[in-house]
Amino acid sequence: MRRSTAAKRGAGIAAIAVLALAASACSSSKSGGSASGSAAKDPASVKGTVTWWDTSDATNEAPNYQPIIKAFEAKYPNIKVNYVNVPFSDAEDKFKTAAQSGSGAPDVLRADVGWTPAFAQLGYLQPLDGTPALANDSDYMPGPYASDHYNGKIYGVPQVTDTLSLLYNKDLLAKAGITTAPKTWDELKTDSLQIKAKTGVDGTFLNAASYYLLPFIYGEGGDIIDASAKKITVNDATALKAVGIAQDLVKSGAAVTDVTKDGYNNMQTAFKDGKVAMVVNGPWSTADDLKGSAFSNADNLGIATVPAGSVKAGAPVGGHNLVVYAGSKNLDASYLFIAYLNDAQNQATIAAKNNVLPTRTSAYSDPQVANNKILSAFEGPLKNAVGRPPVAGASDLFTPLDTDYQAILGGQKSPQAALNDAATQFAQILPGFSKS
Amino acid sequence: MRPLKRLGRSFDKYWYGWAMAAPVVIVMLVLVGYPFIWGAYLSTTNADESNIGHDIGVNHIPPSYHSVGLHNYWDILSGNDGHFYSTLTWTLIWTFVNVFFHITIGLGLAVLLNRKIRFRGGYRLMLILPWAVPGFVAAFAWRLLYNDNGVFNAVLKYFGMHGVQWLAQPTSAKIAVIAVNVWMGVPFMMVSFLGGLQTIPKELYEAAEMDGATAWQRFRMVTLPGLRPVMMTVTLLGVIWTFNKFDVIFLVTEGGPAGSTDILVTHAYQVAFANIRQYAEAASYGVVILSMLLVFATVYRRSQAKLEVQA
Repeated sequence: MRRSTAAKRGAGIAAIAVLALAASACSSSKSGGSASGSAAKDPASVKGTVTWWDTSDATNEAPNYQPIIKAFEAKYPNIKVNYVNVPFSDAEDKFKTAAQSGSGAPDVLRADVGWTPAFAQLGYLQPLDGTPALANDSDYMPGPYASDHYNGKIYGVPQVTDTLSLLYNKDLLAKAGITTAPKTWDELKTDSLQIKAKTGVDGTFLNAASYYLLPFIYGEGGDIIDASAKKITVNDATALKAVGIAQDLVKSGAAVTDVTKDGYNNMQTAFKDGKVAMVVNGPWSTADDLKGSAFSNADNLGIATVPAGSVKAGAPVGGHNLVVYAGSKNLDASYLFIAYLNDAQNQATIAAKNNVLPTRTSAYSDPQVANNKILSAFEGPLKNAVGRPPVAGASDLFTPLDTDYQAILGGQKSPQAALNDAATQFAQILPGFSKS
Repeated sequence: MRPLKRLGRSFDKYWYGWAMAAPVVIVMLVLVGYPFIWGAYLSTTNADESNIGHDIGVNHIPPSYHSVGLHNYWDILSGNDGHFYSTLTWTLIWTFVNVFFHITIGLGLAVLLNRKIRFRGGYRLMLILPWAVPGFVAAFAWRLLYNDNGVFNAVLKYFGMHGVQWLAQPTSAKIAVIAVNVWMGVPFMMVSFLGGLQTIPKELYEAAEMDGATAWQRFRMVTLPGLRPVMMTVTLLGVIWTFNKFDVIFLVTEGGPAGSTDILVTHAYQVAFANIRQYAEAASYGVVILSMLLVFATVYRRSQAKLEVQA
């Protein structure tokens, strides 16, 4: 399960995005085009069925949306919501297929922040400027909101934001005589070996997906591409060093990994059953963790910023946006649904129940969120999180990199050869970028 | 003019047959012919998801792909794309090993079940079961068996050994997918051979026994020649099916670890749908795969026909 992102850029870029948004919002409301015309429609007169593809976890997260959908249908009796839960890992494929063929696509999709600009570029998304979907949008955090902007238009609203953190089993660390969570990859290695020696369980489970390689690369001060220089950096010296650290964790026995399709699920099972002490994962996984025997006492779940490399500690910003399919026959109803689902109150409710981080600033002052220990524990990691390059094809880079990262961890290819191969594939996805 | 005239005469004479066949022919043209021609055309262009053109709501994106001649084929066949020859080698091994086990195990079971034994019906039912289970159910079930916490590792751990990550290493993953496919493919072969065995006249066996032939000799001299027509067909079918066996590979390993179990069709699928959708390149792969199977089928049928004449 990979979470990709293009959300948080530097503060400067975010500020520009906010300005751009303000400008575009003004212009569309002045021009009074068809979009703003629909904004003026009486909501009670809007009819139709909104099909929503939700990509959240079907067992842990999805049920919490049902009361909100019921309340929405009660408020707008002429609108029906057709709720469909689509597994996150299939959603991008399914949506692309449906959107391109022109039939079967949902009206509203919960899209990864990394997909949003790519879908917009392909023409699959309806611009939302001047529609009710953007109600009260000055409340959105600028970082996540930036991922909805493409070519001067707004193609979605941020629903949740997230970043990777180090999640750990406090009991197991204490049993091994470790008092604080490791702050660097070196410490993580020592601690993991110590945990294994003293408690017999594995220290760390390393997810072999390339999204989870990013903290290692950011830790050495690198990135997979340099968007401003239009350069592919996935095979440079810093990335190579980062991959070496991950590889060494596995080779030395400090970490276990699983390069098969079931890797993510096996990681979750091992962690929540107390068979491994530490994992790197996002807030979305904590609802699942808390159902496991190891965390029947929720206080046993420790959350810390991902370990640092030789330069800094950094994990990617992820999250999801609500976007509208351009071919939707129920645009007005879709806008209203998004506005309702994403108002501060409902965001706070979902955030507290599903342990996901809201994107509205005001939602954080809601007591449900403010008093949620897990959510507040993610505040530190989120501050250290790194935005990824604002390039439409950025989310497509993970598929080839996954294969090469697996080949490295599985010992089938040397790190340099595998990263060079990734760079070759990146060059096909990003025309105009040069290889280093 | 002549063939046309002949066609016209044949139409006059057999109009009924033509009329009966017409719906099938039309449906085949629409369902097979059109996509095939379209695919062959796409393979000579640079079409991908961004330039194929579409109209969605307010967005109109005109098609902007253009012809690149045989570039895609050159890219594949010269080995430039970095996948073709390694994938082809594994595809050939995969096909050969699978068909070999399908036929030997299927034939063995068929001979066993052709005798009069008690509970024969029950055995037949049990052995046909893998075939009745839908492919994806079987694939997921096997994935659970191979999982870190699956049955195979539980057995190993019971005997004090370490668990193995079956699907994480190229060699064990290759053996694993072959095992799944053999399990799924044997029943069809068994049933086909059972059918074939029943067409061999009993008198031949009686005669052979009178002549003092041993069991092995009877099998080699009577059973095998008697099964040749069935054997020839199922081998051809088996090769084509296994060569294009998408579900087992895709659902058990998705081509992993790191692409080592990808066969040509799963690789082509990934080119077309897994990331940036490169329709043109995937179409070229499709044409290459089809051509290889056509050549194989032709050569195979010719060689078998020759054998038949000799025999």
